[in-house]
Amino acid sequence: MTIAKPVFYLLLVAFIIAAPLLFPNFGTQLATLWLMIIVALTWDMTGGQMGYNSLGNIFFYGTGMYVCAVIGIGIAYPIAEYTNAAGGGIYKFTDTQYFLGAILGIIGAGFFCSLCALIIGYFTFSLRGPYFAIGTLGVAIAAGELVSNWDWVGGGQGIALPVYPYDLDQGKLFFYYLFAVTGVVLFLFLKWMYKTRFGAAINAIRDDEEKAEAMGIHTLRYKLTTWSISAFFVGVAGGISAYQLIHFEPLETAYQTINLGIFMVVCVLLGGKGTLWGPIVGAILFQIFKEVTWNYLLGWQWVALGALIVVTVVYFQDGLMGWLKTTKPEWFGIRVEESSDGGAKA
Amino acid sequence: MSTIIEVTDVSKSYGGVVANKDISMTVQQGGITGLIGPNGSGKTTLFNSIVGYHPIDSGSIKFEDREISKLQVPQIARLGLLRTFQQTRIYGEMNGVQNMLISQPHRKMSLRDAFTVNTKEDYDRADHLLEFVGLYEKRFLQSGSLSFGQQKLLEFAMALMNEPTCLLLDEPTAGINPTLINGLIDRLKRANSEFGITLFIIEHNMRVIMNMADHIYCLAHGEMLAQGTPAEIQNDQRVVDAYLGAH
Amino acid sequence: MDQILGNLGLLFEFPVVNLKIIIDGVMIGALFALAAYGLALVWGVMNVKNLAQGDFVIAGGYIAWWLTGLGVYPLLGVPLAFVLMWGLGWIIYKLVIARVIERDLFTSLLATFGIAIMMAQLLNLLFGSDTQSVNLGFETLFFFDGFVDVPIAKLIGVCMAAVLATCVIVFMKYSRMGQAIRATAQDARAARVLGIDTEKVYAFTFSLNAAICGAAGAIIVMVWVIQPFYGITYAIRAFVIVTAAGLGNLPGVIAAGLGIGALEQYGSHIFGIGYQQAIAVLLLLLVLVFRMIQQRRSRQVLK
Repeated sequence: MTIAKPVFYLLLVAFIIAAPLLFPNFGTQLATLWLMIIVALTWDMTGGQMGYNSLGNIFFYGTGMYVCAVIGIGIAYPIAEYTNAAGGGIYKFTDTQYFLGAILGIIGAGFFCSLCALIIGYFTFSLRGPYFAIGTLGVAIAAGELVSNWDWVGGGQGIALPVYPYDLDQGKLFFYYLFAVTGVVLFLFLKWMYKTRFGAAINAIRDDEEKAEAMGIHTLRYKLTTWSISAFFVGVAGGISAYQLIHFEPLETAYQTINLGIFMVVCVLLGGKGTLWGPIVGAILFQIFKEVTWNYLLGWQWVALGALIVVTVVYFQDGLMGWLKTTKPEWFGIRVEESSDGGAKA
Repeated sequence: MSTIIEVTDVSKSYGGVVANKDISMTVQQGGITGLIGPNGSGKTTLFNSIVGYHPIDSGSIKFEDREISKLQVPQIARLGLLRTFQQTRIYGEMNGVQNMLISQPHRKMSLRDAFTVNTKEDYDRADHLLEFVGLYEKRFLQSGSLSFGQQKLLEFAMALMNEPTCLLLDEPTAGINPTLINGLIDRLKRANSEFGITLFIIEHNMRVIMNMADHIYCLAHGEMLAQGTPAEIQNDQRVVDAYLGAH
Repeated sequence: MDQILGNLGLLFEFPVVNLKIIIDGVMIGALFALAAYGLALVWGVMNVKNLAQGDFVIAGGYIAWWLTGLGVYPLLGVPLAFVLMWGLGWIIYKLVIARVIERDLFTSLLATFGIAIMMAQLLNLLFGSDTQSVNLGFETLFFFDGFVDVPIAKLIGVCMAAVLATCVIVFMKYSRMGQAIRATAQDARAARVLGIDTEKVYAFTFSLNAAICGAAGAIIVMVWVIQPFYGITYAIRAFVIVTAAGLGNLPGVIAAGLGIGALEQYGSHIFGIGYQQAIAVLLLLLVLVFRMIQQRRSRQVLK
């Protein structure tokens, strides 16, 4: 057991590095898989570990995209002029401008989204259960609608970013590794965070917030911290997506409430809420399902996805990890009182 | 002894029903104060007013000379005024040790402290307190599978882990097997003397409160009926009448 | 910005414009109120927060539009949509809702969100993504030198909405089923003890809700336009209204519905038609924040 773990992780890292080279035809899909893993893991931070089911985390993805684009373009040209030309091709970016813009943009997107999470969370975290879900969904929809009316960032037409300056296959690798590094950093961070006192405290908020409040846990502060960390990573992922997709528009790509916004929830539910590996497993399962339906169900893939959501939620809500937990509790170190005769030995 | 909780002229009514009328009382630092009264006398309403579960109509509630009647539940708890629940509330999915570790005094932690892993001292303290309430043997069992009485003891241990300044207990012996009550009384007393925690106990059971408290308040029909030492209360005809319903 | 100020100025320069906006708003608001009443019913009786509410509306609209295409007289589309959506509601109840009632609220929210996505996509596949409407061929009345135009179709729509609402209210008040529904809403366990078949009540309530939404949609297609993906905004509007008015408060639901209709019309007049969806959602956030402040005053949270 002691030797198995490091070997497992080493193999995993090797596979992560080698995957796009082994399957060069699936470069984009693999990058998307990482995106799904990142958004699923971050959704699980609040939804699974803290019990706040957000339907609006996609807000951070879209906002990340736009912030990244504005910074990336802004370091070279005035935004308004650039968007007015609607990607007329007159604006050339040097290599330095491209990479500096991308890196600054991605990091800036993360921090800006963190800040947004603090501000939005200050209001929405007073809402519980379904009100929180609907409130955050409202924020995401409203943001998409407002941005699509905002001409400075291109309005409904969206915005176009410069293309990767070198070979396009190399570009695919570049974005794959950007996503992969973000995902691995996020995973390691969460692996550590869930072991800290903070991790235990957010679990306490999930299981019984009233009790947590009565014990004097800084519930609001912890909720805001969790959400802003989660928003940071979603924002970063959005920033990377912006450069990867080159062109994006507000409603279908950036604030895609009913696509990615709900997919991340389904990933987590499929894999198992409130576990570290659940969202990852779920994202992989979901991605496979999505690719298969996309290729074979011409036109009906969306209906199939809707059906998948309903079936998962109604029949399989505990997900793979949850199912394992109930069938093999000893694997998770859960022990119960065998003979509950009810008498306490005082 | 100084006053730690000071309730002055608190009134609270639900619609037309007056649950508390001009209640005044104090809880002394380091002591054990009891609040008794027959069913429906307004004990729980007063308790909830103090811990911040609902607004009060008039009056003032002070904790360590600070007005708390307008604060929210978490704010009050963070001042060190802790409560237990009548319907025991523990984290049933977690085991005893995890429950204890969650109960560390987060109110004294900065965010940076929170982002640290539990130390060996934390585990030792958890084990020590679990031993204190007699749950050491069962510390790795899922708490939800413990009996009601054991859960109650666990909740008490969690409250101690939290190092409160003052602990409000809502009917600590309700639903506990009578043979275990003496053990619980003993532990409450020791918590008071050994850890220096001020206790404020709502109790329905006269025998329990008489054995523990050094000052008792008695409510009836939402009004303060009597107060005094256990001996005084025991001999107060009005209290006896209230309990026997001789009106 | 100038445009917004210009639009604002218009309201003061020509007061009749206000009248037109309010009439439009009240007309559309009446239909919002119908959908919201259905939501309040389902929410109150079985504690299911139905995010597919808007898609029921749109589906009803498409049924009426499709029937009209087959040669059915347009106004007949309303009762037919009512009946067909009743059936669809019953099927959805049996397949999905019956299994999520006892579960936590997020489950029902998510399950109905899944249904919403499925319905929107199905409608898109069946009828295409263009906006559609049914032309009744009635004239338009003009008042105040043509400043206020009231199409007769809209008047008929509002009247039908009022008739439908009255029927539902009377039904809820006097029929045995209506009484059973109200009893279940108050305390499902007590109702069960008293011999009410709550399972049947749930199925009936959900079907009734779908039918009300369907009829509302059939009216909407005659006076406005529908599109497969408009559903979610109707769902959000229904949530705004119910959150603002509270459950089981029928006059409140109607008032909030009319008010939100009017506010939305004002909003889209001032900021431009492109903001209409955004305004609906922002109203939701406003109402939530307002209710939150209200709750905080009584040391509670909104849950």
